[in-house]
Amino acid sequence: MTSSTEQIGRTTPPAQYLVSREAVREYALAVGESNPLYLDLDAARIAGHDDLVAPPMFAAVYAGPAFAAAMRDPELGIDLTMLVHGGQEFEWGPLVVAGDQITTAIRLAEVSERLGMHFYVWQSSSQNQRDEEVSRGSWTVIVRPRE
Amino acid sequence: MTLLEPGSELPPLRVIPDRGVTERYASASGDSNPIHLDEAFAKSVGLPGRILHGLYTMALVARAQTDAAGGPEKLKRLAVTFRGVGLPEAEITITSTVTERQGERLIVTATAKQQDKAIIRNAVAELEAG
Repeated sequence: MTSSTEQIGRTTPPAQYLVSREAVREYALAVGESNPLYLDLDAARIAGHDDLVAPPMFAAVYAGPAFAAAMRDPELGIDLTMLVHGGQEFEWGPLVVAGDQITTAIRLAEVSERLGMHFYVWQSSSQNQRDEEVSRGSWTVIVRPRE
Repeated sequence: MTLLEPGSELPPLRVIPDRGVTERYASASGDSNPIHLDEAFAKSVGLPGRILHGLYTMALVARAQTDAAGGPEKLKRLAVTFRGVGLPEAEITITSTVTERQGERLIVTATAKQQDKAIIRNAVAELEAG
């Protein structure tokens, strides 16, 4: 394990995610959305979108693989069973629709320790196939000490 | 859709997550951490039982915003801090208040409460006005 100052700035390889209609519908239903833009292709097209629209918080899904890989970075040695999600932020650009190919880059921005707990903050940037930034994320994780 | 301005309360969103919600969210999101799916495992790491995914609760906060503001393109930013843990089968209430207007953006603060306990507190959303 490297020291925490050396850990800041660490990156893992950008991760790709291809947005499917099935994934958008499954996600929308799982979080209780009923807006037809997310569920009904005709409704989405009539409203002027190319395909089913992903709810904003679907960012957690398309950026999820990059975040999962970052947490598993062996240089950090994080005990995933002691991990708690402390906070989350997203900023959104253009809407994501089914068929989009999203690439997410992620970087470890902050590391700190307080009372035996380790705090990590990653920042992610997700772009679609037209190189438009569709969202930026800030992911805060707390790792509790093992008793 | 109601006219939103500083001081406006957004319509509250009330949801009772059912027993299966963590399974469905795990499948939809790819986050299958056993603290959300396995009662015995969750208890073994000091939790009261299977807990909701924080990002599921955040999605409810987001829905309260997009429903009130007129669609997904209106939500430009959302920042939350997770407090305590959310549990299945108990009602969650999302309340949101517009606190100020900055140019074309409305700033909203929101809370997710379950059994009188805030599980998301001081959430801040930015909505496109108009």
